[in-house]
Amino acid sequence: MLKIKDLHASVDDKEILRGINLEVKAGEVHAIMGPNGSGKSTLASVIAGNERFEVTQGSIELSGEDLEEVSPEERAHKGVFLSFQYPVEIPGVSVTNFMKTAINESRKAKGLEDMPAKDMLKLIREKSELLEIDRKFLSRSLNEGFSGGEKKRNEIFQMAMLEPKIAILDETDSGLDIDALRIVASGVNKLKSKDNAVILITHYQRLLEYIVPDFVHVLHNGKIVKSGGKELALELEEKGYDWLKQETAV
Amino acid sequence: MDLKDKLISSFMAFENNVDVEHPVHDVRMAAIKNFEEKGFPSKKEEAWKYTSLNSLQKIDFSIFPREENTLEYKDVKKYFLHEIDSYKIVFVDGIYSSYLSETTHDGVDICLMSAALTKPMYKPVIDVYFNKVASKDESLTTLNTAFSREGAYIYIPKNKMPKKPIEIIHFATGNEASILLQPRSLVVVEENAEVQIIERHQSLTSNDTLTNAVTEIFAAKSAIVDFYKIQNDAATASLIDNTYVDQKDKSVVNVHTFSFGGKLTRNNLNFYQNGEYIDSTMNGVTILGEKQHVDHYTLVHHMQPNCESHQDYKGIYGDSSIGVFNGKIIVDKIAQKTNAFQKNNNILISDKASINSKPQLEIFADDVKCSHGCTIGQLDEDALFYLQSRGIPKKEARALLMYAFANNVLESVRIPELKTRINKLIAKKLGVNLGFDL
Ligand SMILES: Nc1ncnc2c1ncn2[C@@H]1O[C@H](COP(=O)(O)OP(=O)(O)OP(=O)(O)O)[C@@H](O)[C@H]1O
Ligand SMILES: [Mg+2]
Repeated sequence: MLKIKDLHASVDDKEILRGINLEVKAGEVHAIMGPNGSGKSTLASVIAGNERFEVTQGSIELSGEDLEEVSPEERAHKGVFLSFQYPVEIPGVSVTNFMKTAINESRKAKGLEDMPAKDMLKLIREKSELLEIDRKFLSRSLNEGFSGGEKKRNEIFQMAMLEPKIAILDETDSGLDIDALRIVASGVNKLKSKDNAVILITHYQRLLEYIVPDFVHVLHNGKIVKSGGKELALELEEKGYDWLKQETAV
Repeated sequence: MDLKDKLISSFMAFENNVDVEHPVHDVRMAAIKNFEEKGFPSKKEEAWKYTSLNSLQKIDFSIFPREENTLEYKDVKKYFLHEIDSYKIVFVDGIYSSYLSETTHDGVDICLMSAALTKPMYKPVIDVYFNKVASKDESLTTLNTAFSREGAYIYIPKNKMPKKPIEIIHFATGNEASILLQPRSLVVVEENAEVQIIERHQSLTSNDTLTNAVTEIFAAKSAIVDFYKIQNDAATASLIDNTYVDQKDKSVVNVHTFSFGGKLTRNNLNFYQNGEYIDSTMNGVTILGEKQHVDHYTLVHHMQPNCESHQDYKGIYGDSSIGVFNGKIIVDKIAQKTNAFQKNNNILISDKASINSKPQLEIFADDVKCSHGCTIGQLDEDALFYLQSRGIPKKEARALLMYAFANNVLESVRIPELKTRINKLIAKKLGVNLGFDL
C-alpha cells in the first residue's frame, strides 16, 4: 500500500531524512521508534505532503501511485491521515464545522455531493461515542485550550470520521492518561481492517500492548537502522538506543 | 479652482437655501471659518501621515446635487438587511428618499436632520446636542458642520427602545459626474434607552464619490447603543467618516466597523467618557485587496474613574492594499481604575500589501490597567498544513484561517441576520464557499 524508497528530505538545506526504505502492506501495523530528533515526525510530515520539507531523493508511492506531485489535501483524499504530535489550535472554527468541511471537501474531490446534514450528525454522534468524546466538546474551537490528552483524542476522532487507508499516529499515546489510552487504542483497533494500515510512532512499549504491531523499526539519524517484530520494542524498552547507535556508527 | 476654494465659494450659494436666522447657522459660519483657515489636512500632519487626500482634491466634485435621482427598491434591495424588518432612513445623492425610507415618530423619533434643524419642536434637542461633541477645530469635521443640512436624526427618549433596528443608507447614483456628499447625523439616546443602528454608504456609479460624514452619538446614563458601519463600497468611492460619541454614567456603546471596500476610507472614531462605569467598545474587521486604503484613527478619552474601553481591530490585507491603525487612548489623572484594552492584529497575504499600526497611549492616572498589542503576520503555515492534511484544499484552508482570524470580532454583533450577512460578505471577499453554514 505504502512504498517508501531511499527517501531523502531536508529543510533549509539541512538533511533530516537520509535514505528511508519502508513498505507497509494493507492490514499491517508498523511501529516506528527512535530517539528524539531522529526524524520520526519529519517522516510522518513528508508522507502527508508537508511542503516545508524538500524531498531531494527517493520516492513515496501510495497504492502504486507516486506522490511526488500530490498536494497534502489530495493525499488526504487518497486516504493518508496524520495524527499530529502537536495538533494545531485553530480558534474560531468549531470541531464540528471543521469536520463537516473536511468531509465535504473529500467528497467533492471524489465527485460526490455534500453529505446530508442528517447523515453528518449521525456520523459525528457515532464516532464521538466510539471515542467517548463529550458532545459539548464538538462545538468548541478546534484544539483551542484543549488539554494535551484531549487534543490527541480529538485527532483520533478525526481519523475515525475520515476513515483513512493509511493512518500515521505520531506519538498519539503521549499525554494520554491510562483510561484515555485504552479508549483511543480500542478506537484505533475497531477502525483497523485488512484493507487499511497503521504506522505508530511512539516512544513507549505501553501503546504497543494495546495495538500490537507486525513490525517495529528504529529510526536513527534519518535512517531506519533496525527492523524486527514486536519483541524489538521490548528489547528497546530494556536496553535503550545506545547499543543501536554504536552498532550503526561502526 | 481647487476643492477648498470651490467649497468656500459654494458656501454662499448654500446660505441661500438654509435658514440663516436659525442659531445653527452661527455654528455653520464658525465652522466654515475654521475650515477656511485650516484647509484639508496634509501628510505633514502626524494624524494624516499615512493617508493622503491630495488626489481626491484634484477631482472636480459637484457639491450640490442638481436634481433628484430616484432608485427602484428592487435594484438596491441587496444593500438593505432585507431579511428582517427595520426602520430605514435613506438618502440618494444626499437627498432624502421618502420612497425608500420608513421613519417613525411613534414614541421615538427616527427621521431627518433637515426636519430637526428647521422645525421648532426639535429645537430643544438641537440646542442641547447639535455640534456639542463634534470637534470644532478638526478641519474635515468643521467642513461637514459648515454644510450641515441633511442626515439621520434619531432621538430615543428615556426607557425606550425602537421596535426594530434602524438602517441608514446613503446612495450615490453619480448620475451627474463626481459628487461630494456631507451627511450630518445626530443620535441621542436618553437614560436607559437602547438603539441598534446599521449604517452604509453605497455608490452605484463608476464616477468618483467622496463622502465626508459626521455623526454625533450621545448615550445618556445606562443607555445602550450598537452602531454597525458597513463599508463595502465601489472602487471609486471614498469616505471620511467622523464619528463622535459622548457617554454618560453606565452607558454602553459598541461601534463595529466592517471595512471591505471603497477606494480610500478614513475612520475618525472618537469616544469621550463623561461619566463613571462606562463601557466603550470599538471592533473592526478590515479585509482589503486591490489598491484599497483604509485608515482607522481611534480615540478614547477616559475622563472619569471606573470605566472600560475595548478595541479589537483585525485586518487582512491583500494585493497592494494599505491599512493604517492609529489607536489613541488618553487617561486623565482623575480617571483611576480605568481598564483600557486595545488589540490590532493583521495578516498580510501579499508582499505588496502594507499596514502601519501604532498605539498612542497618554496615561496620567496611576491606578489603571492598559494593554495594547499589535501583530502583523502571515498565515500560520503549520495551521495551513494541518487543515490541508485533513483534505481541505489550500485555498479553502487559507480562507478558513482568515475567517477564523476575523471571526471573534463578529461574536459581539448582536443582530443575528447582520452577523450572517457579514459572515457571507467575508466569505465572498475571501473568494470561497466554505463547507458549512456561516
Ligand atoms: N522546520 C524545521 N526546521 C529546522 N529543523 C527542523 C525542522 N523540523 C525538524 N527539524 C529538525 O529535524 C530533526 C528531526 O526532527 P523530528 O521532529 O522529525 O524528530 P522526532 O524523531 O520526531 O523527535 P521527537 O521524538 O522528539 O518527536 C531535529 O533535529 C529537528 O530539530
Ligand atoms: Mg516527533
